[in-house]
Amino acid sequence: SCSVFRSTLKSVPHTQNLLNKVKLPFGLVIHPFKDLSSLPVISAGTIVRCKRCRTYINPFVSFLQERKWRCNMCFTVNDTAEEFLHHPVTKTYGEPHTRPECTNSTIEFIAPQEYMLRPPQPAVYLFLMDVSHSAIETGYLQIVCDSLLDHLDHLPGDSRTRIGFLTYNGTVHFYRMSEGLSQPQMIIVSDIDDMFIPTPENLLVNLRESKSLVQDLLHQLPRIHTSDAEGEIDTYSALGAALEVAKKLIQPSVHLVGRVTVFQQSIPSIGPGDGGWGKPPQAPSTQVRDYYKKLALDCSAQQVAIDFFFFNSHYIDIATLSCASRFSAGDLHYYPSLHVVHNPLEAERLSRDLERYLSRKIGFESVMRIRCTKGLAIHTFHGNFFVRSTDLLSLANINPDAGYAVNLSIEDPLTDMSAVCFQAALLYTTSKGERRIRVHTLCLPVAKTPADVFNNVDCVAVVTLLSKMAVDRSVTASISDAREAMMNAMVDPLKAYKETLPQGMTTAGVYVPKSLSLLPLFIQCLLKHRAFRLGVSTRLDDRVFAMISLKMQPATYAMYDIHPDLYRVDDLHEEVRRGPRPNPEIPQPNILPLTAESLSQSGVFLLDCGWRLYILVGRLTPQSFIQDVLGVPQFSSIEEPMNSLPDLENHASELLHSFVDWLQDSRPHHAPVSIIRDDSRDRHLVLSRLVQDRTESSMSTTEFLINLQQKLT
Amino acid sequence: MAFTFAAFCYILALVLTAFLIFFAIWQIIAFDELKTDYKNPIDQCNSLNPLVLPEYAIHIFYNIMFLWSFEWLTVLLNIPLIAYNIYRYSKRPIMSGPGLYDPTTIMNADILSYCMKEGWGKLAFYLLSFFYYLYRMIYVLVTY
Repeated sequence: SCSVFRSTLKSVPHTQNLLNKVKLPFGLVIHPFKDLSSLPVISAGTIVRCKRCRTYINPFVSFLQERKWRCNMCFTVNDTAEEFLHHPVTKTYGEPHTRPECTNSTIEFIAPQEYMLRPPQPAVYLFLMDVSHSAIETGYLQIVCDSLLDHLDHLPGDSRTRIGFLTYNGTVHFYRMSEGLSQPQMIIVSDIDDMFIPTPENLLVNLRESKSLVQDLLHQLPRIHTSDAEGEIDTYSALGAALEVAKKLIQPSVHLVGRVTVFQQSIPSIGPGDGGWGKPPQAPSTQVRDYYKKLALDCSAQQVAIDFFFFNSHYIDIATLSCASRFSAGDLHYYPSLHVVHNPLEAERLSRDLERYLSRKIGFESVMRIRCTKGLAIHTFHGNFFVRSTDLLSLANINPDAGYAVNLSIEDPLTDMSAVCFQAALLYTTSKGERRIRVHTLCLPVAKTPADVFNNVDCVAVVTLLSKMAVDRSVTASISDAREAMMNAMVDPLKAYKETLPQGMTTAGVYVPKSLSLLPLFIQCLLKHRAFRLGVSTRLDDRVFAMISLKMQPATYAMYDIHPDLYRVDDLHEEVRRGPRPNPEIPQPNILPLTAESLSQSGVFLLDCGWRLYILVGRLTPQSFIQDVLGVPQFSSIEEPMNSLPDLENHASELLHSFVDWLQDSRPHHAPVSIIRDDSRDRHLVLSRLVQDRTESSMSTTEFLINLQQKLT
Repeated sequence: MAFTFAAFCYILALVLTAFLIFFAIWQIIAFDELKTDYKNPIDQCNSLNPLVLPEYAIHIFYNIMFLWSFEWLTVLLNIPLIAYNIYRYSKRPIMSGPGLYDPTTIMNADILSYCMKEGWGKLAFYLLSFFYYLYRMIYVLVTY
């Protein structure tokens, strides 16, 4: 389906020449492990694959007479096995093309023995928590322990799943949970430069068998580490040592696969992987940069992924620390300045995100191979992984919210083909210890003229891919280089498009193919995005995380962040049953242009920025709305900050609730609602996201288009 | 015919260039293996990285010898490669150990093909210089 596997060009140019001519980026955007509501799962004795290129049989292969089929990637003719001719459901014989493998472009196989290098290993979840003084102050530990307590039963896994906890400040603390002990025992290791595991047993315990001990520990953890504990205040954070020992812990004599979850608040300041950090934005020494990358590679080889939750209020160099996740196929979350009292919104986000994080599906020991029809080649990969070979990604963990992208190049002309195919095959071990293969196949026609290519562009995929390429460019060159490259990525295709139009038909205007009509707007959004904006002060960590999230998010989710959606929500009853959506009760207001002109004093507007939802209440909003939905008598009595919609029993309130819930459910992370008065200081939060407006350092859409027109002529 | 210091330098350079040719071939084979699968980039980088600095050292070493024996033309011919090596090493990816190749970026098609071309370029350079040194050696031996 289109949200799982999409190509920037829905018609593939037949030569690299033509691709160079249209100047559009060519690549695939993949969301391989998406939660799907209907996924055909088959358990076949043998999985039918091409004998030469090992492509899985798919709906786009062609069946020749006499039990042969031709592979659509390498065009080898294969024999059809006898058992493949039997249809498993309808019990018919001799119609291989009606089998589920040949009718579904997304399918999951339960893999037989030969797809395992070793029997599926037990999974381990290890939680590393920063308990340095400033981290404790934020009160995050209580949130994490509460979430864990609530969701211990939902952690995916079988009867062999193990769990363990480490905390660290200037020293590393282990928790021994053994049957004989009435309560977990804390062991402190202070020799952080030469870490060792203090006791060989019971640091990782079986989740099912020792559940009560784990619960005990989780109840106690926030009490052991409190900010008003007696003794010295420990402001250090030995993250490097803790990760090092975590790696050792997971790799004892029995091999385990798993996930290390790190909650980090302060800058690692002691032990291995510390230091070199001056004041921002001075770069840390190469030693440190390399430390986290090497660690990630080691972990990846052991099939362990490192996930990070950052909630720093000061600079902690996310760029360097994130390497640990990037190369081990981990996940990253960021809650800037989280504090239970001073910043409850971020605390709410953390606890709601943990809910999903702990209970979502997870695949271990996975690899993803992307095959293309002969002639096409993969150029670059984007996302969190380690590239093992030209078309193979090694993913220690795969989660349903991870997105990947590849840039493609055309090595040999595709002139004699009418269609090309792409296949992404994800081999993974489920949390229940089953080996499975999820196969996605995509087939696209080949285009021979620039016009064909231009008329079939997936603008969202283009923008997603461009944003990933721009992040790479900002890292290797500079942000201003990346901005320039994005401008060129918009101007060049439009120039090329103009050249394809018949002479004389063109005047001075901007000519944009219909499929690219939103490109200028999206590029403008990207230029004003937190990751690439210049002229507005942006904290380095905020910027870096914005870049990381652009790189690792699937297209649909990234688009919420790139282009916020603005809705008018004070007259939702008129909007009901508008669109052909699955739930007709949910109102579907129109998306308004992102400009202050769309706003009015007498309306209520909702701005969906991906990570946050803002509801802006106009000064002259009808009394009835304020009373029915916000539960206060009049505009002036709306209190600030107001971070939730009250549950009121009336139609207007229910409508808005259903709409907000629908928006929140459409993304993997929680987006808290904040209600902002038209006359409040926080108004800029909304206004700054109205990208079509002019600001001191950036152009309005009109100016931007005039600028574009000048560049085109 | 006399056995001068210059002649000795050329003989030495001949032997060392033979080594460098092997290094270049090794490098080309390694990258080709990466391109056609089967090899893990981490292992490959681990085996290639320790060879980078010795290669530079060997090259610089015999050039210093040439400088010593006042073979200006030969030194002049080698300066571009020395300059390129210095430039290349200063632009290397961030890593703590010695070497040029980072397993996390090496599989990028651009970088891989660049490394490939670099390998072929070096092989050609060393081969040409091998024959040049051979000629110069004979020339020096015969003339003086």
